[in-house]
Amino acid sequence: MHATRLLSLEHWKKWVWSFVRLTLIAGLSFVILYPVLQKISTAFKAKSDLYSPIVVWLPENYTLDNFVKAIGIMDYWQALLNTFSLSALTTILTAISCALAGYGFARLKFKGSQLLFAGVILTILVPPITILIPVYLNLKDFSLMGLIPLLTGKSVNLLNTYWPFILTSATANSLKAGLYIFIFRQFFRGIPKEVEEAAYIDGAGVGKTFYRIMLPNAIPSIVTVLLFSFVWQWNDSFFTTTYLTSSKVMATQLGSLPYNLQILLEDGANSKADPFYLSMVQDTGILLAILPLIIIYLFVQRYFVESIERTGIVG
Amino acid sequence: MKSILRLDRRSYNEQKALMGFFYVLPWLLGFIFFFLIPLLSSLRYSLSSVQANSDGLIVHFSGFQNYVEALTVNTEFNRSLADAIMNMVINVPLIVIFSLFLAVLLNQKFIGRSLARSIFFLPVILASGVILSLESTSLIQAVNDQNAGAGAIQGLGTFELEGLMLDAGLSEWVVNYLTSAVSRIYSIVSQSGVQILIFLAGIQTISPQLYEASKMEGATGYEAFWKITFPMVSPLILVNSIYTIIDSFSNNAMTDLIRETGFTQFNFGLSSAMAWLYFAAVALILAVSSYLISKKVFYYD
Repeated sequence: MHATRLLSLEHWKKWVWSFVRLTLIAGLSFVILYPVLQKISTAFKAKSDLYSPIVVWLPENYTLDNFVKAIGIMDYWQALLNTFSLSALTTILTAISCALAGYGFARLKFKGSQLLFAGVILTILVPPITILIPVYLNLKDFSLMGLIPLLTGKSVNLLNTYWPFILTSATANSLKAGLYIFIFRQFFRGIPKEVEEAAYIDGAGVGKTFYRIMLPNAIPSIVTVLLFSFVWQWNDSFFTTTYLTSSKVMATQLGSLPYNLQILLEDGANSKADPFYLSMVQDTGILLAILPLIIIYLFVQRYFVESIERTGIVG
Repeated sequence: MKSILRLDRRSYNEQKALMGFFYVLPWLLGFIFFFLIPLLSSLRYSLSSVQANSDGLIVHFSGFQNYVEALTVNTEFNRSLADAIMNMVINVPLIVIFSLFLAVLLNQKFIGRSLARSIFFLPVILASGVILSLESTSLIQAVNDQNAGAGAIQGLGTFELEGLMLDAGLSEWVVNYLTSAVSRIYSIVSQSGVQILIFLAGIQTISPQLYEASKMEGATGYEAFWKITFPMVSPLILVNSIYTIIDSFSNNAMTDLIRETGFTQFNFGLSSAMAWLYFAAVALILAVSSYLISKKVFYYD
């Protein structure tokens, strides 16, 4: 008798907890999704719906006009192509260079490698803004320690090209690269040494062991780094707006969208443009900018969530 | 025979060390060219008066003049720095606790768990850079919030909640902190994506036997959390706090001010001095918080 009552109490506790948990998770999911849903709903609204009191989520007059405007002003397709190629390029280079460095630090210890790893940690800790000006000046008159002037007579200006991104990502010093090196190092440290030794005994060299044995095992951490690096490069406005002022990539186009929009809509000098309408097109622009990421995420989230659990970020 | 083997072994180790150096070399080059040299020249600029003209830069050593100017003359610097630090002090504990809580929640088995997980990691993708800054100025959002009564989410009983908690005898400061957390829930959720991932990964490495044993002994879920989960993930609390601190310092009013001083006023010296003061503040906070947290951290092995 006593046991069954206890059992039912347990039972009840379980149900109450399930309910609380469901409410919490549903509520928080809503909070996260709300801005995205809001943007989607706004993007399809006609201008007249903006002031209609009966329109909350579903527009009364569907229109693609906002999309057309935002696409036109942002030069969307061009920007999409540029951003995609830039992000893909840096992502691949970053993943390669960081995997190499991570493996070197994890398994191929040499004199001073501890000290150099402290350098990796330092790159994570120092705010990028601290070194922004010298890097910028350096890229403006890029001389590679006087080598380039020796060959061509003068230094080259690398600003407004993809070279700053290519150079920093190929040398594992791009946006948040320290974090990626750390992730790779932790992961490689977790792979049993025996696997590696077996490969050596079978006659594989260091390089072969790395890309035939270690890399296939490291897929979880590769996925994690690829996704993080792609997404953060895509959304980055810090370096992009500094190095690329006149190129058409998402970050610069989005940044100047409000301004360009105002110019387009203001007929003549006096500003008659409705601020709410401006905001509406701007929201559509944001939606357009993040849409490719959301689509990619829908496809890879399963791998991502699974793989991060096996990355060994945890050490 | 033995000596040959040993020789072999040493050369093999040496070979590995050499290869290790080659593997790290790309990073090392980048580190020197794109980090170390800029870091040192930034330090040099901060101690000099820098003038840019057509020939390049003229750098004159001027001692701590830029630092003095940043701290005493410039009207915005102190305020921005204090703001950035205040925001961090308020947000970091909330984000860390919140993400630990959610990681525990998302680790439990329930229907729709994978959907919930993919939603909770969405902010990793969405909340950064230019999108965030544009979003905060979005008028549409503000209007819709009012129209749709969505303000109710934000204000959802924070008023009643406040009264309730005050009646319960909590101090006013704590109540204000908590209610402000409720109303900033979006910014907290959107900054905790990576942290939730890290905690989740940590929780999943805890061996299930520990939980089984504790259950046999009659521990409740609450006890299991405080006696097993919490100590086991406590090293990650340190990791996550550091990550959150760095993240909260990567893009704020402070960095905007430093950029503006550098790139629109072309005052490289002052801008570098500000950047170094800022770095010093970040370093100090990191040092203090990691010292405090690591004293409490439990290491399993």
